[in-house]
Amino acid sequence: MKRPNIWLWTASLAVYAFLYIPLAVVVIFSFNDSMLNAEWVGFTLDWYAKLLGDGEMLRAAANSLLIALLSSSIATALGAMAGIAMHRWRFRWLPFLVLTPVAMPEILLGVSLLLFFRQVLDLTLGFFSILVAHITFSIGFVAVIVRARLAGMDESIFEAARDLGATPWASFRRVTLPLILPALVAGFLMSFTLSIDDFVITFFVAGVGVTTLPLQIYSMIKVAVTPEVNAVSTLLMALTLTLILTASRFAPDVLRGRQ
Amino acid sequence: MALLEFRNLTRRFGDLSAVNDVSLAIEAGEFFTLLGPSGCGKTTILRMIAGFDAPDAGDILLDGVSLAGVPPEKRPLHTVFQSYALFPHMTVAGNVAFPLEMAKKSALEIRCRVNETLALVHLEDKADSFPHELSGGQKQRVALARGLVNKPRLLLLDEPLGALDAKLREEMQVELIALQREVGITFVFVTHAQQEALALSHRIAVMRNGRVEQCDEPDKLYTQPANRFVADFIGKINLIDVEVAVSTKVLLTLKAPGLGEIAAADPRPLKAGERGAFALRPELIRVHGHKESADLKNRFAGTVRELLYLGDVTLYKVALADGQVIEALMPNAAPGRAKFHEVGDPVWVCWRHDAGVFLKD
Ligand SMILES: Nc1ncnc2c1ncn2[C@@H]1O[C@H](COP(=O)(O)OP(=O)(O)OP(=O)(O)O)[C@@H](O)[C@H]1O
Ligand SMILES: [Mg+2]
Repeated sequence: MKRPNIWLWTASLAVYAFLYIPLAVVVIFSFNDSMLNAEWVGFTLDWYAKLLGDGEMLRAAANSLLIALLSSSIATALGAMAGIAMHRWRFRWLPFLVLTPVAMPEILLGVSLLLFFRQVLDLTLGFFSILVAHITFSIGFVAVIVRARLAGMDESIFEAARDLGATPWASFRRVTLPLILPALVAGFLMSFTLSIDDFVITFFVAGVGVTTLPLQIYSMIKVAVTPEVNAVSTLLMALTLTLILTASRFAPDVLRGRQ
Repeated sequence: MALLEFRNLTRRFGDLSAVNDVSLAIEAGEFFTLLGPSGCGKTTILRMIAGFDAPDAGDILLDGVSLAGVPPEKRPLHTVFQSYALFPHMTVAGNVAFPLEMAKKSALEIRCRVNETLALVHLEDKADSFPHELSGGQKQRVALARGLVNKPRLLLLDEPLGALDAKLREEMQVELIALQREVGITFVFVTHAQQEALALSHRIAVMRNGRVEQCDEPDKLYTQPANRFVADFIGKINLIDVEVAVSTKVLLTLKAPGLGEIAAADPRPLKAGERGAFALRPELIRVHGHKESADLKNRFAGTVRELLYLGDVTLYKVALADGQVIEALMPNAAPGRAKFHEVGDPVWVCWRHDAGVFLKD
């Protein structure tokens, strides 16, 4: 075996340190018994208790969870259809249409959705516009995961179902659906994470009145990075991490970048 | 009336005619085989019968009724795919029950039929296994059971033995014949292995480039091939370029350039000077060391160029006067002796006048 190169190790460690130390700091200071993010004073859960008493924060959290739940459910259904369609019919423009929102800079998507909602639809921004925006950027992810799952499967299985007497619907319900279920779960969890974390696009389409957790955190740090912000960020991080790990269990092939 | 009939069936992919003007009739209860080299259109025909693909021209009739526009699930036939196509998320029993469930049979009937069919393919003890826990031969049997369980009018089998090793393949061939006889379902079997086709089928259609070259019973196909392609594709054969010298009702005399005259039999009226090939199976040629013992009508001198000793038989490659090499297969059926000639031996090859067939070009 080749000996690991010391420089490679150092470089990797530096990169990981750069990525994770700031996150670690947030987590640590969320338990710090001090108003200032300066030095460690002592362990406390006060900031978490304070979160529970913060009505605005709780409302934002409830909005975030509801939007995440709804948008990822709808995005999973639509994304599954898109994924199956991309797999089955090789229209050249279909992947392009479905995947563009994934590759598009968030700020562009945010601006264009804002224009669309306001100028074209003349919609009052709020819960509904956020929901639609989140569905829009999630569909592509679900579609890719579902398509990757289908690509690894023997095509004749689906023909066999029809051949053995299954109508297209029965064949979908009895064969296709159970086989893509792991991809659907993974896609759902991915969408959920994307939705609950999203700031940029939500910022554009939220309007006044409805706030999500990331928006709430942003408005709080405009004043100061309080330990309360650390606490809510820690919770959000924990949730996201759990979802990503769960998703990668359901569709390891997809999320590890292999087909 | 034939169970299944193709009328001028044609399927094109771009410029390629994958299936080209095929007309055939398959009778009920028959074990019918489509045989041909890779890419000759066998799978394309099966896919059109099953309804996954539609002909560009011509028609497929089942019991005299066109299948055009009938979706796959409404056709009273099932397919055994080359890749088996078992449902990976269902057990063996679940796979076999699937067609019955789709046909909305009662739970009781499903249970009985599944058990019955699994017994038929000797897989009772694997009912609760998943496909990935089975060997290739077992998967193949599940695929067969799944295809048979709902008693289709017709079972299509696309090279179902292709993925098995030689020994298992032979076992499955025997089982397949027995199975077909037992259930009495018409089989349309696809293979590119000519021996398999000969061993299994009641009738065989030999295909090339989307066309049927000959459709006949195995022994007819073997002894009376219609053309050079069929002769060469089925078994080993010597093809000698000849032209007709004299043709009478009882005797056909052929002229082989550089070799001399060959006596043959052919009831067809043939014109002198007609060109073609004289096709002769190796096992119908005798090889002798002495001229006197080589007492059959056609006799030519030659030299053993190569030999392949196979135990029960030996394949001799004998170079004749004009340099062309013909192959002869001789049984080693004398006690205590294993081989009769060595490389370099001068020998006489001979055959009966009715041993070979003349194939017009
Ligand atoms: N969907 C398709 N599009 C284009 N060409 C095709 C398609 N399906 C088959 N062909 C072509 O049609 C011809 C016949 O194919 P087919 O699969 O019927 O051959 P086959 O006899 O089953 O061969 P094998 O023994 O290798 O399975 C081939 O030349 C193949 O490349
Ligand atoms: Mg094929």
